[in-house]
Amino acid sequence: MAVVMDADRISRALTRIAHEIVERNRGVDGLALVGVRSRGVPLARRLATALKTITGDDVPTGALDITLYRDDLMRHQVGPQPLVRKTEIPFSIDDATIVLVDDVLYTGRTTRAALDALIDFGRPKVIQLVVLVDRGHRELPVKADYVGKNIPTSRQESVQVRLLELDGTDEVVLDRPEG
Amino acid sequence: MDPTVAPAAPLTGLRHKDLLGIAGLTPEEVVLILDTAEAMKEVGQRAIKKVPTLRGKTIVNLFFEASTRTRTSFEIAEKRLSADTLNVAIATSSVTKGETLVDTAMNIEAMAPSMIVLRHASSGACHLLARICRAGIVNAGDGLHEHPTQALLDAFTIRERKGRIAGLKVAIVGDLLHSRVLRSNVRLLTKLGADVWVCGPRTLIPVGIEALGVRATTRVDEAVEGADVVMMLRIQLERMQGAFFPSLREYFTTFGMTEARVARAKDDVIIMHPGPINRGVEIASEVADGPFSVILDQVANGVAVRMAVLYLLAGGAEHETAA
Repeated sequence: MAVVMDADRISRALTRIAHEIVERNRGVDGLALVGVRSRGVPLARRLATALKTITGDDVPTGALDITLYRDDLMRHQVGPQPLVRKTEIPFSIDDATIVLVDDVLYTGRTTRAALDALIDFGRPKVIQLVVLVDRGHRELPVKADYVGKNIPTSRQESVQVRLLELDGTDEVVLDRPEG
Repeated sequence: MDPTVAPAAPLTGLRHKDLLGIAGLTPEEVVLILDTAEAMKEVGQRAIKKVPTLRGKTIVNLFFEASTRTRTSFEIAEKRLSADTLNVAIATSSVTKGETLVDTAMNIEAMAPSMIVLRHASSGACHLLARICRAGIVNAGDGLHEHPTQALLDAFTIRERKGRIAGLKVAIVGDLLHSRVLRSNVRLLTKLGADVWVCGPRTLIPVGIEALGVRATTRVDEAVEGADVVMMLRIQLERMQGAFFPSLREYFTTFGMTEARVARAKDDVIIMHPGPINRGVEIASEVADGPFSVILDQVANGVAVRMAVLYLLAGGAEHETAA
């Protein structure tokens, strides 16, 4: 088990991404953040705080649950079924610039589901993607616009993002299989 | 927090193929269904009230008894989850030519549906089909036995209004004898720790009902006194063979829920009814349409609860590969 990002590193990555969002979009006009449950949600909130510090503006922030849009729902015979939770997007996404926030980008299937889910809420002008970690191994043509850290991995490894709000600590851990 | 000790994994799925009754569910499973229904309710509040979750699944609604609310509610729930739905109306089916329930079910089964939602006048009909069908069976009311999704939507509505179920005084008043809604509700509410009172004419109180952990009374004022929830049950004239009480008028005078009786309950009481209501028989119109009534909330919540049940059964069931 190796810690690949600690609290400082996560914090600096998010601050940098916040600056990149402002630069790319020339401010935060018409911009909204949508975190993918679970860990994308606190990440989106932290980005909103950083954007407020940089621009002085409040950026609307929502939470997206993609469970009902997954493509692997009925494929597992055993193993836990994901818990469905509420999607909370208390603003119109029509013609907005939506910055989708997730913790890890891996196969791209979560992002595919998130895009489908999001588009059921309206027609954003543009959707951009933030991930804290890009670990490679894409199975779909998906690319992040803002990346906290690229971490080369093998498929046997697992990447765990732990966040203060949900896990009591800030770190990204790379787990290698035993033996 | 000790990082070496993984927290106990929360329950996230039902490990059943069927939902036959509340009796077969643990309290944790009931809470899982209610929690999942909260997320499903949000889907119903969107502009596009549809998610792709059950795409490619076929669900057959097999109703051997009249139903407006339950069948419509299941069908909307199925459609919101993108399942293909099929309604078999018994009046136009081969049952009128003498086909048995099992033969009807085996023929539907041969077309490989994922689930069958069954309503039948015989108690235990769902258990019978669950044993012989690969498809998941969802009980939409079987005889005098159970109507689990009604009890779940009632519990959802109570929890939504009161924030909890444990410790609440719930009075269930009406035709107890012929009510599967009663039997499912008593099982569910006692499972989650409510103080349940049941009330009706002595002729309509099932013998031994106290064994389910409720208090029975023929005095409606005693049942309603200080109640957090008053649930009225319909007088089911179509199921009555014999005279259980002198007249509907006398029934209303003795047991009907009037504003004067509601006043004995807590100030924030909620009045429930599974429908269809008989105005002026078990409930006065002023009460049914009054400020304490949540009768239409129950109907609205029914869709979310049924979506939750269908989702949880579809994801957890073993029949998926076999189909």
